[in-house]
Amino acid sequence: MDVWISIILSICAASTPLLLAATGELVVERSGVLNLGVEGMMIMGAVAGFATAQVTGNPYLGALVAMGAGALFSLLFAFLTLTLVANQVATGLALTILGIGLSGMIGEGFVGRPGIRMEALDIPILTDLPIIGKLIFGQDLIFYISIALVFGVYWFLFKTRAGLTLRSVGDNHTSAHALGINVIKVRYLAVLFGGACAGLAGAHLSLVYVPQWVEGMTAGRGWIALALVVFASWRPGRVLVGAYLFGTVTIGQFHAQAIGIAIPAQFLTSLPYIATIVVLVLIARNRRMTMLNTPASLGQSFVPDR
Amino acid sequence: MRLELQKRAGASTLFSILSPFIALVLTLVAGAIMFVILGKPPFASLYSYFIEPLFLKFDMGPIFSDFSFEGIVPNGWSLEQILVKATPLALIAVGLAVCFRSGNWNIGAEGQYLIGGMFGAMIPVLFNDWNSPLTLPLVLIMGMLGGALYGFIPAILKSRFGTNEILTSLMLVYVAQQLVDWIVRGPWRDPKGMGFPGTKSFNESAVLPSLWQHADAHYGAVIAVVAAIAVWFMLAKTSKGFEITVLGQSPRAGRFAGFSAKNMTVFAFLFSGAMAGLAGISEVSGSVEKLDDKLSLGYGFTAIIVAFLGRLNPLGIVAAALVLALSYIGGEAAQISLGVSDRAARVFQGLLLFFVLACDTLIHYRVRLVAAVEAVA
Amino acid sequence: MKKTLFALAASAAVMLSAGAAQADGHAKTKACFIYIGPTGDFGWTYQHDEGRKAVEAEFGDKVETAFLENVPESAEAQRPIEAFARSGCNIIFTTSFNYMDPTNKAAAKHPDVKFEHATGYKREHPNVSTYSSKFYQGRYVQGQIAAKMSKTGVAGYIASFPIPEVVRGINSFILGAQSVNPDFKLKVVWVSTWFDPPKEADAAKALIDQGVDILTQHTDSTAAMQVAAERGIKAFGQASDMIKFGPKTQLTAIIDDWAPYYKERVKAVIDGTWKQQDVWHGMDHGSVAMAPYTNMPDDVAAMAKKTEESIRDGSFEPFTGPVTKQDGTVWLKDGEKADIGTMLGMNFYVKGVDDKLPK
Repeated sequence: MDVWISIILSICAASTPLLLAATGELVVERSGVLNLGVEGMMIMGAVAGFATAQVTGNPYLGALVAMGAGALFSLLFAFLTLTLVANQVATGLALTILGIGLSGMIGEGFVGRPGIRMEALDIPILTDLPIIGKLIFGQDLIFYISIALVFGVYWFLFKTRAGLTLRSVGDNHTSAHALGINVIKVRYLAVLFGGACAGLAGAHLSLVYVPQWVEGMTAGRGWIALALVVFASWRPGRVLVGAYLFGTVTIGQFHAQAIGIAIPAQFLTSLPYIATIVVLVLIARNRRMTMLNTPASLGQSFVPDR
Repeated sequence: MRLELQKRAGASTLFSILSPFIALVLTLVAGAIMFVILGKPPFASLYSYFIEPLFLKFDMGPIFSDFSFEGIVPNGWSLEQILVKATPLALIAVGLAVCFRSGNWNIGAEGQYLIGGMFGAMIPVLFNDWNSPLTLPLVLIMGMLGGALYGFIPAILKSRFGTNEILTSLMLVYVAQQLVDWIVRGPWRDPKGMGFPGTKSFNESAVLPSLWQHADAHYGAVIAVVAAIAVWFMLAKTSKGFEITVLGQSPRAGRFAGFSAKNMTVFAFLFSGAMAGLAGISEVSGSVEKLDDKLSLGYGFTAIIVAFLGRLNPLGIVAAALVLALSYIGGEAAQISLGVSDRAARVFQGLLLFFVLACDTLIHYRVRLVAAVEAVA
Repeated sequence: MKKTLFALAASAAVMLSAGAAQADGHAKTKACFIYIGPTGDFGWTYQHDEGRKAVEAEFGDKVETAFLENVPESAEAQRPIEAFARSGCNIIFTTSFNYMDPTNKAAAKHPDVKFEHATGYKREHPNVSTYSSKFYQGRYVQGQIAAKMSKTGVAGYIASFPIPEVVRGINSFILGAQSVNPDFKLKVVWVSTWFDPPKEADAAKALIDQGVDILTQHTDSTAAMQVAAERGIKAFGQASDMIKFGPKTQLTAIIDDWAPYYKERVKAVIDGTWKQQDVWHGMDHGSVAMAPYTNMPDDVAAMAKKTEESIRDGSFEPFTGPVTKQDGTVWLKDGEKADIGTMLGMNFYVKGVDDKLPK
């Protein structure tokens, strides 16, 4: 039994950064903006979080600063694409390239230092409960935030007025503008939120997953998060399922190897990407579902005319 | 006080020429600030990045003890290296220019580049002994075919099902990386390679020849220049070029003119895929002379910067590719002479793309500071 | 026309750089290093850089050193190596296997510059030497410790790529373990990377969940050590002393000590006595060292020290018969020693490895 619990805990750890970054990006895309810079914001969060924890000795402060760093970095994207109406695809890509380079430079002095781990919760009695104790009461804070975030985002998007506003901006910015909504402001806020989430995802990598700073340590997880949003057809609940599915494959491939099931590792590694393409095709074919969930003005620039 | 954009009646000719240069200057300024923060001398650093690689620095010490000629003779070797590095970037970016102009977002050139390299390697790997004047042309054609086929996947998905091509082409990059990785470790691994990933070295007739004896630069560079001119001609002077531009600017207007956006998607992806594939096989056959697991160096992504810096103009792209190549070579020079970390080169590339994109706004819009002085008239 | 211009410029460049080297001949000797990873990886590249620093410390004003980090392997390495050769380096160390062909190509163009290629076997020109270390010797000691310390009788091995170097380490480890406990088992997981900390951490967790209670790795990061520390099992460090990542976890580590070799070779250049050679040094030469034996009972540490000593003085060699291959056929008869060809191209497991070697 213990073995299964510990496997599930590994899966949680592998899924959490994906879930955080994807949930943030989901909000961004729901507002009609495609930010391909998730990888860049994530790695900026990872380095900022690690550096802060090293300097202050407090991993929680590190996580907070990581969110700030992610948001600040996303502001660059927002300014270019929203204020200067630059191309979103190219700007997102620039954000990733810059983030990887900049984080490497910032982190130079922190390479090879043992990190400060954000410890898992340890509540007397509760954490010691059989089976559920560790799973429900014995994980790190960021894990709980990631789960709460999914439900929070769901509630926000579909149960609040502000959420409705955000979705209407994503679906048709021209008519939203006509209704008196400040399209640019809504999108700015969404992008900042996405940046903060990606930053926190990065902090999870450098403070919980492997408490150390390593250049390029996000290793493509930002791109997986992007894929996840589409995989989930822009639904928060499905992002949760998708992230844990990816996490399970990530951990599962090593277990498969260790018990002697020889599947080429390259095949398993490419599986998530192939799955995303399949899902993309399926949702695109299902017109009704597409209409319901896909933000119609995704990736299009908006200039308020006067 | 805030920025406000005002659409110009037409694109500003002045700014469409100036904007890449403004972006370059801004990048240099930002770079200088970065070096100051890093505690490196800003001008010496920029010099070793962008000037040093171009010229030979030498010291006539014994002859004129206190007089040295610096930076007078062009550094042939370094220029050659820039040429080598610019070749794949230009090839890919020229293809992307066509694609982007037509309003199709192929982000997966890296994958098409890899599959191009893999397809092209098929003949020299599987028929290693086949020596014929036909070998090389066939190898190159196979490379283009591979890239085109791989580009066809997102295209057909978009035109048939309306799938977002940005995401599918991007996902396919990762699939391609795994596929190439698997094939060079598995089925195509050189049995005499001590277990290391990589195929047998190509037979001489499958190798793209060097431009001159012992050169690192190969005929890929010539192909790139020819391709750029041909594509420039196609875009500027042919009806196909007109169709691309019209559909790219307004799919609706294109439809009225009788053009099919769906066919254009397929054409644009096949074309840019073929160009990326050609870049891939040129690298494999011209530089590495075998297929190995180190082919993916991000050229497919850097080429997107190149395409934008060149303002989606094939001739501009050739110049932009040389600039980007210089930033790679300069990065190494700065590392050797000043100990500036190699990450600085990446930061430069990211900054450059940012500034290029920001400056492009000036072409279509007037930027005003509302309730303040005019920023740019 | 263009061609001739380039050719002219190129030949001018060669003349000038030759002139510069002569002019500098009496001044400093320049030793240059090409690295595959960042100098702060705390593994492979870190140790090479320690060697470079040792050269600086040893020769002071007489030498100047330079390095390029994160240099991609294969054809991309050609340019940085050449750039070094042209910038006046007298000796260039290229420190990863796949720099082999570019090193030899550069050597052909720069006969005055000495080239030293780590872990390779091609010496196509008289100015190319190759060098490597017998890291597998340390693996044998680790195997013995693992067998003594493990309660489950199974160790986990995080492996990078199925190349001879890695396979040799796995085999040596299991032979060491079996010399203590003939039924000892080894689980291997291939991660297809030298350096990806989160992935190495995932592999470590999976192995622990599969019941191993000792971890060892042939990848370069400290992630597995951290996971082992978190889960409260023991682990071995790789390439470098990783004790600060697992003060209560690390049993010992194989330390790649390149300093003696680098000092020797740079000195040879200074003295003008450099000659081509191919060396495969082991513990005897100080190239392979063991980090202090920690977190284990004294008797285990004593056994490890004894084995280490016998390997160092040459009285014992890990690959000595009887050794059976995984498929049950006899590889080495009683007392027979492995020949160097089989060692260098090792592509099979010995008995006891619980894995199928990826083809």
